[in-house]
Amino acid sequence: MQSIPEIIRTIPLTHYVILSSALFCIGILGVLTRRNAIIVFMAIELMLNAVNLLLAAFSSYYSDPSGQIFVFFIMAVAAAEVAVGLAIIVMIYRNIQSIDIGILNKLKN
Amino acid sequence: MSFIYLIPLLPLLGFAINGLGFPRISKSLAGIIGTIPPLVAFILSMQLFLNFDGTTQILTLSEWIKVGDLSIPLAFQIDALSIMMLLVITGVGTLIHLYSMGYMAHDKGLGKFFAFLNLFVFFMLILVLGANFTVLFIGWEGVGLCSYLLIGFWNQKNSYGDAARKAFIMNRIGDLGFLAGIFLLIQHFGNTNYADIFSAIQAGDVPDNVGLIAFCLFVGAMGKSAQIPLFTWLPDAMAGPTPVSALIHAATMVTAGIYMVIRANVLFELSPEVLHFVGWIGLATALLGAAIGLFQNDIKKVLAYSTVSQLGYMFMGLGASAYSASFFHVMTHAFFKALLFLGAGSVIHAMSDEQDIRMMGGLKNKMPITYVTFLLGTIAIAGIPPFAGFFSKDEILAHLYHHDPWMWGLAILGSALTSFYMFRVFILTFWGEFRGTEKQAHHLHESPLSMTIPLMVLAVFSVGGGLINLPHFAGGHEFLATWLAPLLPESEGLGEVSFLSLEMGAPLMAAFLPAFLAIYIFGVKKSVPSEDAAISGIQKVVYHKFYIDELYDVLFVKPIALMSNFFAQVIDFLVIDLFVEGIGKGVQYASTEIRKAQTGNVGYYVFLMVISISIILFLGLKSWIL
Repeated sequence: MQSIPEIIRTIPLTHYVILSSALFCIGILGVLTRRNAIIVFMAIELMLNAVNLLLAAFSSYYSDPSGQIFVFFIMAVAAAEVAVGLAIIVMIYRNIQSIDIGILNKLKN
Repeated sequence: MSFIYLIPLLPLLGFAINGLGFPRISKSLAGIIGTIPPLVAFILSMQLFLNFDGTTQILTLSEWIKVGDLSIPLAFQIDALSIMMLLVITGVGTLIHLYSMGYMAHDKGLGKFFAFLNLFVFFMLILVLGANFTVLFIGWEGVGLCSYLLIGFWNQKNSYGDAARKAFIMNRIGDLGFLAGIFLLIQHFGNTNYADIFSAIQAGDVPDNVGLIAFCLFVGAMGKSAQIPLFTWLPDAMAGPTPVSALIHAATMVTAGIYMVIRANVLFELSPEVLHFVGWIGLATALLGAAIGLFQNDIKKVLAYSTVSQLGYMFMGLGASAYSASFFHVMTHAFFKALLFLGAGSVIHAMSDEQDIRMMGGLKNKMPITYVTFLLGTIAIAGIPPFAGFFSKDEILAHLYHHDPWMWGLAILGSALTSFYMFRVFILTFWGEFRGTEKQAHHLHESPLSMTIPLMVLAVFSVGGGLINLPHFAGGHEFLATWLAPLLPESEGLGEVSFLSLEMGAPLMAAFLPAFLAIYIFGVKKSVPSEDAAISGIQKVVYHKFYIDELYDVLFVKPIALMSNFFAQVIDFLVIDLFVEGIGKGVQYASTEIRKAQTGNVGYYVFLMVISISIILFLGLKSWIL
């Protein structure tokens, strides 16, 4: 029975890097181009998870558990962030009947 | 001796109580609170005087300034000179406080007035008690401040405020010289303690620029003691209430310059050319003041010019190294000039604030006490024996006779002028017919007791004040000269003089003849000075004080005003405003431009954020790789 790090190491490191870079870029593009607040939110989660993936991969390759501990931290923070973020989005919707971020320019002036 | 610090502290306390409680403390109470501190201080000073054993004592209260090697303590010095000054200040001061209770009784600001008077006494005591030039300087500036506050006491009138500022600014010019002198002393001796400096000099450590130091100190004295060219503030200072003129501008503050020169006599003795200068400035001031006094018609102005002139005599005495004689004159002058001013105040009070002697006359029956005391003061200042002024002025003249016969001759001339203008004022005020209005005649009255008691006490001192330094030929022991001797350089005796010699006879003639002349012109022929418009020729020039005020106006005030206007309207407007407002405008413009970047669009912000992070990342990677 192989341990999980060994299984992870069966795939070359470069593949992980490429995959998470791709995921991260997709996330950035999502944040930049979409106007729906929920989609933007999901894109942000995607970026976070791209980073998580990379951290886990490097952690296995270098046999350093601190990378994986970071992953847990990020997950916990992301969960909290989702809770707060979704609540904000719900409140915005109740106020202006829309979740289009283009309408939200009240900060100006 | 531990009660010494109480002497200046009490007036300060009086100032604090009256100053803080000004509108709330009732007028009669404010007067009493104001008068008690100088009285107690006088009693304490008397105690000091009686127990004084001839040794100089220095009482250090605390460290004051300590920078590097420089250490200036807050210390008091008790010696023969400061004790005498203490007696004069607190003694005359108490009488004038008492007088003010009557004189200022109708004034709304009585409490404020007493607060200022107490503050003045406090600073004056600090001035004479200080054990170094720096503590003296605190008092020096403090009395200047109080002088300013009290000259402008009736500040509803603009001209009074102007007089106050004039006094303050003129004094400031002198103070600059005094400060420079102190700095030069610190530069050479490393501190300003009298004891250290004078013992260093006696040990042979004489600075090369001792003449310059003495000169700088004398410039300070010129301002404070109203000598040419800084004397014009003193006559204007008569805008203040009359007790102020008596206390500050006759008896005490203006003699601070003489006190300081006597205190620093070691420095002055080392620079004979400066002493020579002091003497001639004194002579010129004495003559100029006396000449202007001849034709003035304002009773207080005459006394003011007389003060200028008498201060000139004191400086003449200093110039001839006759320190104890000058100090003698300081004391007797404090008595008779305070008396004359208070007498004039009593007259002004009775005349409903009329000060023009052409409107007076015939007051002797209406106010007998003022009449008699004013007469005694006049005789004293004219130098008629055996009154106080005779002894003190004659001692100065006798020293001058040995020092420089030319100065002596001119001083005799000044003395004759003094006698003439004082009798002129006296006769025009008290003899003849009343020349004022009906209303004033109806109002005429003798002043209340609180005003006449100080007059009587001062009159006694004006008559008998000469006893404190009665010369040997008159059967005295020169008490004051002996008392001060340890602090002064050795002076050669004057030798024997007799009443028949020229030395003695000329001053007597100068005292008597002009007095008779004045009695003849104003008493017998009953001539009254003509109206302002009718004055012509040289008399007009003198009447207008030789146009010195106008001259200063053209030479100094106008150019400075012009320059200030130039700076205000051109430099300030075009240069400073342009620069300062330019910065403001620039920031405003830049921020309007930059504000456009803040659109409020969330997508735009996110885009900028991503771009920025990418740039930072790129730069970070670049520096990491390279």
